[in-house]
Amino acid sequence: MAQDDAIEARSSRKVYGTGPEAVVALDDVSIAIRKGEFFTLLGPSGCGKTTLLRMIAGFETPTAGQILLNGRDITDAPPNLRPVNTVFQSYALFPHLSVRRNVGFGLQMLGRPASEIDQKVERALAMVRLGEMADRKPTQLSGGQQQRVALARALAPSPEVLLLDEPLSALDLKLRKEMQSELKRLQHELGITFIFVTHDQEEALTMSDRIGVMSAGRLLQVGSPREIYNHPVNRFVADFIGETNFLPAEVSGGVATIAGGIAIPVDAGSPEGAHTIAIRPEHVRILPQDAGAAMRGTIAETTYFGTDSHVRLRLDGGADLVARYQSDTAGGEAPPTGAEVGVSFTPGAVQVLED
Amino acid sequence: MARRDFSASRIPGFATVAVLVFAALYLPIMMLVIYSFNSGDSIAIWEGFSFKWYPVAWNNEQVREVTFRSLTIATVASVIATTVATMAALGTTRRRGTKGQTFIYVMINQPLMVPEIVTAVALLIFFASIKVATGYQGLGYLITAHAAFCIPFAYLPIRARLEGMDRTLEIAAADLYATPWQAFRHVTLPLLMPGIAAGLMLAFVTSLDDVVITLFVKSAGQDTLPTYMLAQIRRSVSAEVNAISTLLLLLTVILLTAFFLLTRKRD
Repeated sequence: MAQDDAIEARSSRKVYGTGPEAVVALDDVSIAIRKGEFFTLLGPSGCGKTTLLRMIAGFETPTAGQILLNGRDITDAPPNLRPVNTVFQSYALFPHLSVRRNVGFGLQMLGRPASEIDQKVERALAMVRLGEMADRKPTQLSGGQQQRVALARALAPSPEVLLLDEPLSALDLKLRKEMQSELKRLQHELGITFIFVTHDQEEALTMSDRIGVMSAGRLLQVGSPREIYNHPVNRFVADFIGETNFLPAEVSGGVATIAGGIAIPVDAGSPEGAHTIAIRPEHVRILPQDAGAAMRGTIAETTYFGTDSHVRLRLDGGADLVARYQSDTAGGEAPPTGAEVGVSFTPGAVQVLED
Repeated sequence: MARRDFSASRIPGFATVAVLVFAALYLPIMMLVIYSFNSGDSIAIWEGFSFKWYPVAWNNEQVREVTFRSLTIATVASVIATTVATMAALGTTRRRGTKGQTFIYVMINQPLMVPEIVTAVALLIFFASIKVATGYQGLGYLITAHAAFCIPFAYLPIRARLEGMDRTLEIAAADLYATPWQAFRHVTLPLLMPGIAAGLMLAFVTSLDDVVITLFVKSAGQDTLPTYMLAQIRRSVSAEVNAISTLLLLLTVILLTAFFLLTRKRD
């Protein structure tokens, strides 16, 4: 394994129950998370992302496989012996303790001297800008403030890895955006490895250094937000992240042929045979009818979104597509419903999917 | 036809029945309290207002002796019962997938379901053989018996509190480097305190007013306040008993009010 991996899961498997009722929550997942990176586990609910997080924290024992922290096997170590802290989805603040005691809890349990605890609690609270709330009880705080206390509490003992289990899902949109940049800033400042679990693809794309996309207990793809967005390995990833047009095609020798016999150049190394091709709406260009485009189509519907319009169009071969039409493009407004237009795809933007 | 929502309070005679029930519950108690201030020594004929029975009861050496004995038994027994009940509640809510949970639950709550007289006779026979074997005649038998039948009263509120508690808090404590004992000491126990206090008070009150089991188990000269009062009333009707009962009632009201306030807090 590489020297700079903070967390490594090796063929980790988790099965709940036995016999015919057994549920495989995690199916032989292997993953390496580098030191100091903001790593996001992304997937729909029930995909196993939280199970994997709980295994790293020590709340679950894998049925098979290993969990390594800095190269050390921690598979069977209880949570209190792992230098890993968690920000819980429900925050899980201790209701009977003040904010200060909550934040100092980890250090107190580690038996650190009072002076050190005071100093670190002070610093953690300042970090999340809650210094003046130190003597309140958690129930006297708003949801956003509780979230910050949970974050300060998990960071105060200076863990090697911070685990965040959908921490922003209970916040409203504005607060969520604020906390997203706050988290990003903290991660950057502290240099701690963050493992973030979410089902929100936009959140994953904007915050992460790398993303692991999961579905049905399997890890489908690991890569930077750009890689995941531009080169999804399969239909699930392409569909889950962003909007995508899927078109059935026959691929042969670097050309994908879609309905109506329209030939679209694709990457030469693409798999051959009957496959689905994927093209993002922003890579579908709508041109004047007389611009000499390879494809022609008819506008079926235009929905105005402010910065852009979503245009549904039907290619002459019969395939349906969604395109984005930037509001500021020359020519101003998107063409009206029923208009005949030329269509082209951004070169290199068409992906042939494995399945 | 029935356009309005069903409500029991709209049934004809609802108010009458309610008043009768409350009267049956509280009228005798009110009579008791009123007659404790009777200046005469009858518990049925009102002869004027007086506080005299309170000092009479207080100055009665026997009353003081049995009250002290009752309080001793109730205190020791309720502390034992609550300790056992807390452990039982932790065992039945914090262990995953233990088979036969219902069976254990029924076993713990057995004293609530078995007729008290059965328990009383069983304890009488059981303790008699121990007395013969050891020669010990002390209060230990009464304390043991009381602790045993008080366990379910302490167990129920503690278990309810544990079941309502967010398990994530204990997990969070472990995540923040608390050993299982530290997590219990710093998170579970403080959050459980209202339940434990409620259980303790219920057990205390239950022990304090027990008659049936006490009558069967006690040795000579081990009268508790309730058995003493029963004997007094049988012998000659004494107005003194009214005063003692009123004081017991006051103690119970105070304890139950505290119980209510404690369990309501933070929920």
